[in-house]
Amino acid sequence: MLRLEALHKRYATGEVALTGVDLEVIKGQVMALIGPSGAGKSTLIRCVNRLVPPTGGRIFFNNEDVTRLSSRKLLKMRRQMGMIFQEFALVERLSVMENVLSGRLGYVGFWRSFLRKFPQTDIDKAFRLLKRIGLDHMVDKRADELSGGQRQRVGIARALIQDPQLLLVDEPTASLDPKTSRQIMRLICELAHERNLACVINIHDVPLAKMFAQRVVGLRLGEIVYDGTPEGLNDDVLTEIYGEEDWHINKYAPKAAQQESSWDEEDTEEPAATAS
Amino acid sequence: MKKILRNQQQRQVDTNMTNLSLAPRTWKRKSFIENQTVRYSICAGVILYLFLSFNTLEINWIRVWEGLPRGQKFLAGFAPPDFISRWEEIVDGVLESLWMTVASTVVGIFISIPVALGAARNIAHPSVYYFCRGIIAISRSFHEILLAIFFVKFFGFGPFAGFVTLSFATIGFFAKLLTEDIEDTSVSQSEAIQATGANWWQWINYGIQPQVMPRMIGLGLYRFDINFRESAIVGVVGGGGIGATLNTAFDRYEFDSAAAILIVIIAIVFFVEYTSGIVRKQVQ
Amino acid sequence: MAVDQQGEKKVWQRFDKKKQRLHWAGWFTGTAIFVYCFQLISEKTFWMFVWDSPNQVGDLAYRMIPPTWGYFDKIWEPLWDTINIATLGTVLAIFIAFPTAFLAARNTSPSVIFMRPFALLVIVSSRSINSIIWALLLVAIVGPGLFAGIIAIGLRSIGFVAKLLYEAIEEIDHNQVEAIQATGAGQLQVLAYGIVPQILPAFAGISVYRWDINIRESTVLGLVGAGGIGLQLNASIMELAWSKVSLILIAIIITVIFSEWISAKVRHAII
Repeated sequence: MLRLEALHKRYATGEVALTGVDLEVIKGQVMALIGPSGAGKSTLIRCVNRLVPPTGGRIFFNNEDVTRLSSRKLLKMRRQMGMIFQEFALVERLSVMENVLSGRLGYVGFWRSFLRKFPQTDIDKAFRLLKRIGLDHMVDKRADELSGGQRQRVGIARALIQDPQLLLVDEPTASLDPKTSRQIMRLICELAHERNLACVINIHDVPLAKMFAQRVVGLRLGEIVYDGTPEGLNDDVLTEIYGEEDWHINKYAPKAAQQESSWDEEDTEEPAATAS
Repeated sequence: MKKILRNQQQRQVDTNMTNLSLAPRTWKRKSFIENQTVRYSICAGVILYLFLSFNTLEINWIRVWEGLPRGQKFLAGFAPPDFISRWEEIVDGVLESLWMTVASTVVGIFISIPVALGAARNIAHPSVYYFCRGIIAISRSFHEILLAIFFVKFFGFGPFAGFVTLSFATIGFFAKLLTEDIEDTSVSQSEAIQATGANWWQWINYGIQPQVMPRMIGLGLYRFDINFRESAIVGVVGGGGIGATLNTAFDRYEFDSAAAILIVIIAIVFFVEYTSGIVRKQVQ
Repeated sequence: MAVDQQGEKKVWQRFDKKKQRLHWAGWFTGTAIFVYCFQLISEKTFWMFVWDSPNQVGDLAYRMIPPTWGYFDKIWEPLWDTINIATLGTVLAIFIAFPTAFLAARNTSPSVIFMRPFALLVIVSSRSINSIIWALLLVAIVGPGLFAGIIAIGLRSIGFVAKLLYEAIEEIDHNQVEAIQATGAGQLQVLAYGIVPQILPAFAGISVYRWDINIRESTVLGLVGAGGIGLQLNASIMELAWSKVSLILIAIIITVIFSEWISAKVRHAII
């Protein structure tokens, strides 16, 4: 349902984030996208719904070329893709309910949304989703009064109320503690399974990716270097994606005192790709 | 009230049923002011105010109507503005304003610094504190034009009165903001300096000054901008500067000269703002 | 920071040679300019008057104290007029400044080549000219009275409110806007849901702040004929009725303190 052909992105600063990516995403499949900072994961996800315009290649969503859509058709297409963000990206001053309902903005005209007169079916959907994620009792609370995990749940509800076919998830657990991270990943995968959604999850936590995804794609410096099952992620593959590292050592033992720094120069991160 | 009760009953129904609810559950956005009485009384108050104010407004609409052609003439004065006939007077006035601005900003800031130090709660002795706060309050209460009237009375017509007016106004502005900045400085940074055994002056120079310096420079440039604009006002009451030239142009209905003067003022203010933006970026 | 190798020692100085020279040059030029300016002012000053000033101060103080308390009943209406000038002028300005700010902000301007410079020009022009100068101009056009005052306050406030507002618009959290865009919302909806909620507290604070400043400015507009208590002030100064002047000044201070108190309260409540 989603097909990327030779996707290429070069930012105005000259930085090349994606160098010809070919990828196919199947309906109902949960796919994890892993790779070091600057590999192009965020850029790839944002190119799919054109928050970042690609500089080359094509993106086909249900056989329609996303890169060539007019702005009105683009809005219609965005409705079918739910996006979940790393820093939750809720509108802080609005209530939980308003944030969830804002997922329906693509379906509702300006004046109705301005006066908050959403159709009853949307309101029913919102209440159902809030119940499903366990925030039924916080309907009118302001978004900035919630904890991190609660905010991410609202973000998930906002994405799902769009009735999307595809979920684009950008580092959903980066700002969360270990337990909440697993709860959120579990929730996302359950909901994707219930609704038979395709899911592309950008994630830097490899164990979490292995635990929850059905397919893992590794990105390095803007190109795909691995595409397979989570079980296939052995040390060699991880080294190819992230670089040389002791992937299996369990306990850190300090070496004898040294004059020079032991920081591995190869580990210097490239500047993170930002959505322009 | 009824709707709230109905919603509560609805929620009861919902939790009792495991499948779809019988009646739809509604939602309305939370109002900004929850208390209904407060909300309605504020609305009523606003409407009452608007009604009263419009009724008591004594506007001579006939005069306004008659004035429109003159307004048109004014706008026409911009196309093109007349820089030439009154050129010397314009240049004289602008230069006088600029000198006043430079001198008063420098002097004003110079005096503000000890006043601000004296008015900062974390630095000054209580009696000094109240005295300095008093100076700041007096300086800020009076509009510059009032100060100008008084200083013209004391010192006579001319740019000196304007200079004193602007310096005095600068003290109120600058010292207040500087004091707030000083009071906001990080306690840990200045504590650390104190802990090394530094004396009072060193403490100010190392512990306080570096923290407030960047903002001070920005503020100084901002005040320079304000002082230039206000130099136009003091001229209206005799304090020298471009204000006098402008006033004369209006009095003589010489709208094209007036337009020229206004354009010069706008251009200079814009230029000052632009350069201050650049300088501020360098300093940060 | 400057480190210099001098033979065996490593020497540290606060600024390297080049910066030191720049600093010296800067201070020298600054002082030179200041001295020059002061000299120019001096030339045009009748120092005789300046030395006489203590006498003037004493004389004035004698005439101003005590204030004519009885005059108070005559100034209620002008005070009411003054408050109206400030309030109506601020409201007028807000209506115009709000859209102007959106045109001027880099991230919301519909056209960066035409609309943005135009909006910025409007803002600079409005800001560069004080309310009193605007009032002078308007009195020359539409005659003395409240109308000139209200329009003058309005014209000046547009620049102030729009400038602060567009700076706030440019500083919003882009993530929130992106999220709303990702749902397929149209431009206006993105504005209404993603941008406006973020700037509402700033907008309210700026508006109240400007209203407070405008009260102070409205009190003196009458000096040039634009209505309000300034008219009484002007008349009293012309008559050299200094004790009435001091009463009016007291009334003005009280009004300003009152409006500052309201403004601080409201801005505290909106966070």
